[in-house]
Amino acid sequence: MIRQTMQEAIVAGIAEEMRRDADVFIMGLDIGRFGGPLNSCKGLWEEFGATGRVIDTPISEGAIVGAGVGAALAGKRPIVDIMFLEYLPLVIQQLGCDGGAMHYYSAGKARVPLVVRAKYGVGPYHGHPYDFHAWLMQTPGVKIAVPATARDAKGLMKAAIRDDSPVLFMEHMALYHGLRDAIPEEDYVVPLGVAEVKRAGRDVTVIASAAMVRRALAAAQALAKEGIEIEVVDLRSIVPLDEATILDSVRKTGRALVVQETVCFGGSTAEVAALIAERSFRDLKAPVRRLGTAYVPVPFARSLEKAAVPDDAAIVAAARDLVSQ
Amino acid sequence: MTPEPATARRASGDGDTVQADASVLLELYRRMATIRRAEERLSQLFADGAVPGFLHLSIGQEAVPVGVCAALEPADTVASTHRGHGHALAKGMALEGFFAEIMGRASGVCAGRGGSIHVADMSIGMLGANGIVGGGLPLAAGSALAHQVKGRPNVAVAFFGDGAMAEGALHECLNLARLWKLPLVFVCENNGWGEFSPLERQFAAKLAALGAAFAIPYEEVDGIDVEAVAAAAQRRIEPARRGEGPQILECFTQRWRGHYEGDPQKYRDPSNLDAARGQDALAVAAGRLAAQGIGAAQLARLERSIAEHIETAVTAARAAAEPDFETALAGVYAGGRAHG
Repeated sequence: MIRQTMQEAIVAGIAEEMRRDADVFIMGLDIGRFGGPLNSCKGLWEEFGATGRVIDTPISEGAIVGAGVGAALAGKRPIVDIMFLEYLPLVIQQLGCDGGAMHYYSAGKARVPLVVRAKYGVGPYHGHPYDFHAWLMQTPGVKIAVPATARDAKGLMKAAIRDDSPVLFMEHMALYHGLRDAIPEEDYVVPLGVAEVKRAGRDVTVIASAAMVRRALAAAQALAKEGIEIEVVDLRSIVPLDEATILDSVRKTGRALVVQETVCFGGSTAEVAALIAERSFRDLKAPVRRLGTAYVPVPFARSLEKAAVPDDAAIVAAARDLVSQ
Repeated sequence: MTPEPATARRASGDGDTVQADASVLLELYRRMATIRRAEERLSQLFADGAVPGFLHLSIGQEAVPVGVCAALEPADTVASTHRGHGHALAKGMALEGFFAEIMGRASGVCAGRGGSIHVADMSIGMLGANGIVGGGLPLAAGSALAHQVKGRPNVAVAFFGDGAMAEGALHECLNLARLWKLPLVFVCENNGWGEFSPLERQFAAKLAALGAAFAIPYEEVDGIDVEAVAAAAQRRIEPARRGEGPQILECFTQRWRGHYEGDPQKYRDPSNLDAARGQDALAVAAGRLAAQGIGAAQLARLERSIAEHIETAVTAARAAAEPDFETALAGVYAGGRAHG
C-alpha cells in the first residue's frame, strides 16, 4: 500500500495505463508543460511528452473533445482534459450527441473509447464549482464516473480508460489534495456501475457521491452517538447506476436520503428517488428525502456559497427526521 | 457502390492535372449517376411514405463527393454532413446496405438505427453523416490526428457546407489542424445556401481569406466538373498525405433540391433555381464522354444497369424486416446495457 491524494492517484492511474497501452494518450488545455491546473497531469509531460502522447491544445473545447471522438473511432484511446466541468456545455454535442450515440447508430461497429476529465465542486478554490453532470444523463451512451476517494479514483480512471464507451470522469476539487488514501500497489480497477457501501447501518440509507460521501460519513459518526446508524452508499458512477446496491440497502433500512452537490430538480437525486419510489415503495417507512444545492446559480460570497450546499448538519437533521417518522 | 480506388488518380506526366481517359471519366460518371439516381429514387420513396424520416438530398452536388473520394485510399477517412448520401456512396457503401438503412430496415448498414442523418460505416472509413452543421469537422480532425500519431500514410477529409463557415467548429479546427499539421483536407461544398438562407446573409468573410489567416493552402474549383474536382482533390490530398499539413478545397456547386425533401423553397427565386439546374455535373461529363467516343447509347446502357441495381436494392430493402425493438435496446454501450 502507498498513501496518495486523489490527484496523485488519478495521475498514477493514467500513467500506468499509458505504460500498459500505447494507444492511450492525453490532450487538453495546459496539461503538458504546465502540468494542468491543480497539478491534474503532474509528471505526465516529463514521462510521455517526448513521445507526443501528452498534447497541449488551444482553448477549443468543442474541437478537442470532437477530435477525441474522431481519434477514438480510429482506434486510439484518448483522454481529453477539459479542465472544468463548467465547460461541459461547450462539448455536449461532441461528447453526448456524437460520441455517445455512435456505437448505437453504427449497430456496434463504431467504438468510442474516450475519457473526458473535468474538475468541479464547491471547495477550497472558490471557482468553477458547477456540477453539470445531469446534462449528460439525458444522452444515452456516455458513462459518468464520480469518485469519492483516492483509491476509487485511480481504479475508476483505469476502468474508464479501458472502457470502449465514452466516460465523463469527474474530479471534485475539495477532495483533490485533501486526505490521503491507502492505494494498493498492484494493478486494480474499480468497475464502472458498481456502488460501494462505505459504512453499514440499519436505520437510514444515505445515497451520495464525491464530497457528499465524506459529509455523509461525518454525519454518520455524529448520529451514531445518538444511536442512529446510517448506511452510506457511494454511487461511484452515476451512469451506469448500480440500482441493485441502492435497492438492497433501502430494503434493509426502509428509509432513504439522497444527497448530491447539484440542484435536485431534474438531476441524479431525482433519478435515484424515482428508482426507489418505483421499485421499493412498499419497503419504505418514510417518504424518500433529497438534499441538494439550492436552486440558484452557485453564489459568490463565501457565506452564500456555504449556505447553498448541503453540509454535515443538514444530513444529520434530515436523517434524524426520517428516523422519527 | 463498389469502389474501384485509384482509377481516377492516374496523374499525367506533369502531375498537375488528371488526364482522365474515357474509362476513368466513365467510372466517375457511373459513380455520380449512381448517387443521382439513388437520391431520385429516395425522393420517390419518401413521397410514398417508405422513408421514415427526413431526407436532405445532394442532387446537383454529385461531382464533389465523387471527385474527392476518387482521390482517396480505402483507409482514408471522411466525416460527412446532414447531406451525406453522396459521401457514403462515393466512399464505397454498397447500395443494398445504404437503401435498407435509409428505409429503416434491420439489414441496413447501421441496422436501421442511424438512418439518413447518421449513416456510417467504419469499415470503409465513413465516419458518419451528422445532424449538426459543422459537427463532422472536429471528428475528422481527430481521425487525422490518429492517422498522424499512428504513423499511417492516410488523410482525413472533412466535408462541410457553406453554412458551416459561420460555425465555431470550423474556426477551431482550422487552428487545430494548422497548429498540429494534421493530414486533414477541408472540403467545402459551397452550394450557396445554408439551410433556408443564402450564403451572403450568413458569412461575412471568404473561405480563402480564412484559410490565409491560418496559412493553410487553399484552392477553389468548379464543383460541377468532376474531373476538375478529382484533380484539385488530388493536389490537396497529396501534400496532406506527405505530412505537409492541412489543406482547403472549396468546391462551388449547386443545390437543386430544398434544404430537406419536401421543402417548397419559397425563399428561393425561381431564376436562381433554374440557374442551379442549368449546371449539371452529369451533362458536363456526358458531353466530354461523347467527344471521346462514348455516346448516348452506351450511357443509356450504363443508366439501365444502375437503375436495375437500385431497384434490386430497393426491393430487398422493402422485403427486409424492420428492426426488432427489443434488439434495438441493446448496444447503447460497448459491452452491454448501462442500467434499467
